[in-house]
Amino acid sequence: MADKTKATGMLAELKDGPYPSFVKEIEAAAEKNEMAQDLIGLLELSYNEKLCHWKHGGIVGVMGYGGGVIGRYVDVPEEFPNVSHFHTLRVNQPAAWFYKTEALRKICDIWEERGSAIMNIHGSTGDIILLGTTTAQLEPVFSELTKLGFDLGGSGSVLRTPSCCVGPARCEWAMFDTLKFAYEHTMKYQDELHRPYFPYKFKFKFSGCPNDCVASIARADMSFIGTWRDDILVNQDKVLWYANEKKLDIQEIVVDRCPTKCMEWDGKELHIDNRNCSRCMHCINVLHLALKPGKDRGCTILIGSKAPILEGAQLSSVLVPFMRMEPPYAEDEATAEDLPELIDNIWELWGEEGKNRERVGEFIQRIGMGNFLDAIGLEPAAEMVSHPRTNPYVFYELGEEDEEEEDE
Amino acid sequence: MADMVSVDEVAEAMFKLIKDAAGQKQYKAMDLQKAMIELFPDRVDKKLCKESIKKLINSGRCIYTYFGGSYIELPHVEGAANPDE
Repeated sequence: MADKTKATGMLAELKDGPYPSFVKEIEAAAEKNEMAQDLIGLLELSYNEKLCHWKHGGIVGVMGYGGGVIGRYVDVPEEFPNVSHFHTLRVNQPAAWFYKTEALRKICDIWEERGSAIMNIHGSTGDIILLGTTTAQLEPVFSELTKLGFDLGGSGSVLRTPSCCVGPARCEWAMFDTLKFAYEHTMKYQDELHRPYFPYKFKFKFSGCPNDCVASIARADMSFIGTWRDDILVNQDKVLWYANEKKLDIQEIVVDRCPTKCMEWDGKELHIDNRNCSRCMHCINVLHLALKPGKDRGCTILIGSKAPILEGAQLSSVLVPFMRMEPPYAEDEATAEDLPELIDNIWELWGEEGKNRERVGEFIQRIGMGNFLDAIGLEPAAEMVSHPRTNPYVFYELGEEDEEEEDE
Repeated sequence: MADMVSVDEVAEAMFKLIKDAAGQKQYKAMDLQKAMIELFPDRVDKKLCKESIKKLINSGRCIYTYFGGSYIELPHVEGAANPDE
C-alpha cells in the first residue's frame, strides 16, 4: 500500500529546488494528521487530471457571523473522506502582525487538534488562514480562538480585516500611527466586519509612508498612505558626504530618477522644488541620512483599488489629498473633512446604488468620479487628477455666470 | 415622521420575504432594507433594518450565505455539501 504521507509524481517535483516547498510542509503535517494525508492524495489527483476537485461552499459559518469561514468540499469524497469537508477559517490579525510566540503556539495547538494542521501565515488578505476543517469543528474552533482573544474576519460582503504596515513600531518613516489607526478602525466597525451589508467586499489598508509596504494603493478599496505637506528637510553636508565619501552619483541615481524632475544637483548642493514634488520618497530612500520628510505630516486617502476578480485590476485614486491623522481624527481644521462621515457617505452611496458584486472602484468607474464626488459631498481637488486629459473633444456645460459673461 | 415600526415587526416582514422567495431569489441586506422602506414608508430607517437583520440571524431563523456576494437566507443544506461522516 502506498505511503499516504509522501507525495509522488508531479507533486513530489515541487519539493525540489532551493525554495521552501508547501508540499514538504503538507508531508510533515501528514505524519500525524489524516486530513493532510488525503490532501496530498487529492492534490496528486488534480495534478494528474489537470482538474480542480474543490467545490466552493457558501453556507457554513459560525453563529451570527457573515464572514470568517469559507466553505470547501471535494467532489470525490468517497476517495478522500478526510477532506470531504475542508473549510477555511480566516483569523483577524493584530495590527502589523505582532504576536507573542505563545499566542501562535496556542493557535497551532487548536489547529492540530481540530483541523488539518496546515495554515497560511499570512494570507494575501492579511489574515491568518487556517486551512481545512469539518463543519462540526467550526464552532469549537471559533470558541477556542475567542478565548485566546482572536476573532474571525475577512470574508463575505463585509469590511475585510483592516491591515497596516509596522508603522512607528519599527519604522522611522511612519507619518502616522498606522497600528493605532488599524486597531481603532477594527474596533469601531465591528458590525461592518461581521455582518454583510455591502454590495461586495471593502478593504482598508494603512501604510505609514509613500513606500506603501502593505501595497494599499493596489489592494485596498480605501487606502491610507502617510505623507507630508511641507518641504523635504535637507542636510546639505550629508548630501556632499554621499557624493564624496560614498561616491554616489547623485545626478544619475537621485535627480534623473525623480518622477517629477523637481530636483537639481550642481555638484555642491541639492535643490528641491517642493511645490512640484509628488512625495514619492525615492530621493529620501536613497539619501536617507541627508533627506527627511517634512514635519507637517498626515496621510493621503485614496479610493478604488482592487485585484482582478470580476473585472481588471485597478489602482486607487486620490480622494483626500491630505488629512492629519491625530486624535480625534474626526475633524481636521486644515482640510475640514470628517473621516467617519466621509466613510459613511461612501458606504451609503455605494450600498444604495452599487450593483451586486461591484467593488467601489468599479462603481466609481461606472458612474464617473465627478458624480461620485458630488454624491458624497466632496469638493474636487487638483491632486485628484492623475494626468492631463488626452482627449481634445471636451464638452462641458456652462454655469449661469459663464452664460452671463458670454452674453455680455 | 410617523411612528416607527418595531424591530420585531420589521424582522417578521423580512422573514416573510425571505421565506416566500426561498429557492427563487436571494436577498442581500440592502435589498431587504430597500423592501422595508417601500413597505413601511417613513416608518423604518437603516438602523432599524440592521437591528431586525441582527435579530433574524442571532435567533437562527436566517443565516448569512456567501456565493460571491453575501445573502440572507433560510437555513438549509447546500447542494455542494457532502454528508457528515
